[in-house]
Amino acid sequence: MIIKQLSVFLENRAGRLTELTGILAENDINISAFSIADTTDFGILRVITGKPELAEKVLKEQGFAVKITDVIGMIMPNKPGSLHHALQILTDNGISIEYMYAFASGDDRASAVIRTDTPQKAIEVLQLHKMELLKAGDVYQI
Amino acid sequence: MIWNEHHECMDRQPLAELQGERLRNMVERIYLRVPFYRNKLQEMGIEPGDIRSIDDLKTLPFTTKQDLRDNYPFGLFAVPQQDVVRFHASSGTTGKSTVVGYTHNDIQMWSEVVARSLTMAGVTKHDIIQVAYGYGLFTGGLGLHYGAEKVGASVIPISGGNTKKQLQLLEDFGSTAIACTPSYAAYLGEAIMEEKLDRSKIKLKAGIFGAEPWTEEMRAQIQQLLGLKAYDIYGLSEVIGPGVSMECGVQHGMHVFEDHFIPEIIDPETGEVLPYGELGELVFTTVTKEALPLLRYRTRDLTRLHVERCDCGRTLVRMEKCVGRSDDMLIIRGVNVFPSQVESVLLEMSETRPHYLLVVERENNLDTLEIQVEVEDQFFSDEVKELEGLRKRISGNLASLLGLHASVRLVEPGTIERSQGKAQRVVDKRKLK
Ligand SMILES: [Zn+2]
Repeated sequence: MIIKQLSVFLENRAGRLTELTGILAENDINISAFSIADTTDFGILRVITGKPELAEKVLKEQGFAVKITDVIGMIMPNKPGSLHHALQILTDNGISIEYMYAFASGDDRASAVIRTDTPQKAIEVLQLHKMELLKAGDVYQI
Repeated sequence: MIWNEHHECMDRQPLAELQGERLRNMVERIYLRVPFYRNKLQEMGIEPGDIRSIDDLKTLPFTTKQDLRDNYPFGLFAVPQQDVVRFHASSGTTGKSTVVGYTHNDIQMWSEVVARSLTMAGVTKHDIIQVAYGYGLFTGGLGLHYGAEKVGASVIPISGGNTKKQLQLLEDFGSTAIACTPSYAAYLGEAIMEEKLDRSKIKLKAGIFGAEPWTEEMRAQIQQLLGLKAYDIYGLSEVIGPGVSMECGVQHGMHVFEDHFIPEIIDPETGEVLPYGELGELVFTTVTKEALPLLRYRTRDLTRLHVERCDCGRTLVRMEKCVGRSDDMLIIRGVNVFPSQVESVLLEMSETRPHYLLVVERENNLDTLEIQVEVEDQFFSDEVKELEGLRKRISGNLASLLGLHASVRLVEPGTIERSQGKAQRVVDKRKLK
């Protein structure tokens, strides 16, 4: 259930993100989800791709600082209160979220990528509460 | 073992008195015999009689490498040619070389300080020493040679290069000590690995390495490759050659032979003498040298001096490895900044590597300093707060060392240009305007 997310350090300069997406495209690597956390000087791109090890390798070869981070993916019905319900489960079990971002998966459900210090525990409690989780194999294909 | 316990372990007060007396003699000699110094001293209204103690040293004028060039070849000599028994010269990267001369007594004194140095590395008459510094105009080979003979060691004057022969003699003669540049020592060590020599036949126990900058990493590498203890020796031909200062077994800085060479640390910009422990330009006054006495000679080397007594028992001050050249100094908002200080901060922090660039600009008549530091894969966190924390830690450490606020910018790996060997560390945009 652990999903490998690529975290990439990006300087805030014009065209840098385009260079990165270009490299992924050239290597036939699909982007399933991404988010950018940024400050005035730099940004951190968090991206879920197909073939994460290959993506890491080609980006490193091109001089990017890249790191693979374990995250989990959660699927929720697209209706009021469903995100709250999921977060409540995590909070009740003492799991703190470092960051999260949502992405659409094409049907009437919503998906969220969640980063926590204790991903295994998060998986266990979410499954205990019958929450649906994305499998690595699925998410790289989305 | 201490070669000259009397002078190397002297209490500081009698040492200062000895230095004062020798300085007074020296100033008398150069005033009488070197027109260059006489003119300079007269311009400043100083007479030899004004020198009463070592404290008066700071009132005397500096001598620079340019002065040596301007007076090429013998203009600063204080003895007639018939008293000179040896010349050495350093190859200048630009223009004329710098010529230095030695009287018989100078050679004796030089042998003495090199003998002290070798003794610090544990070399005795029971050792066989391979002197693999170049012999010739360069001071390395002959300097070590005479000192080693004085100690009574058996000297192999093999000079530099000819690696096959070096290895053969290491094996056949069982050399126990070697003196050469650290880069050549590393090269020899690698050659031993490649030639698959029988390591049990290599008997080296001490290496005396100098004449070029080297790092602690190189020391570890050389020690591992050659199976010896590596010692750092410092010197420059203008002052005498190798043997101006040397590391003892404690290896906590290099002891300066202060009874012959008086060191000072100055602010390279103002010329003001700085207290022990502060970083600045190293200056030497050669109080006993006869042929070419130098008054407050500016080495351009940046280092610190420490006066606390060493565990080896010597009272002589210790100088740190030189951290750079004063020519690299920047003045930012009136504060002296050396790129090497930034490097030392980054090296001390376990989460950065020394890939950095100083960018100096002037905004609204105020100098600004930005330090770009490359983010490395292994230290890269994907959380903003971690990276911001790293940036603040670098900035805080720099501020406490430099006494100046610098903004730190994290940049992608590989973005700071690396030229062959020597990286450009500074972009000073103030000069462009
Ligand atoms: Zn010592």
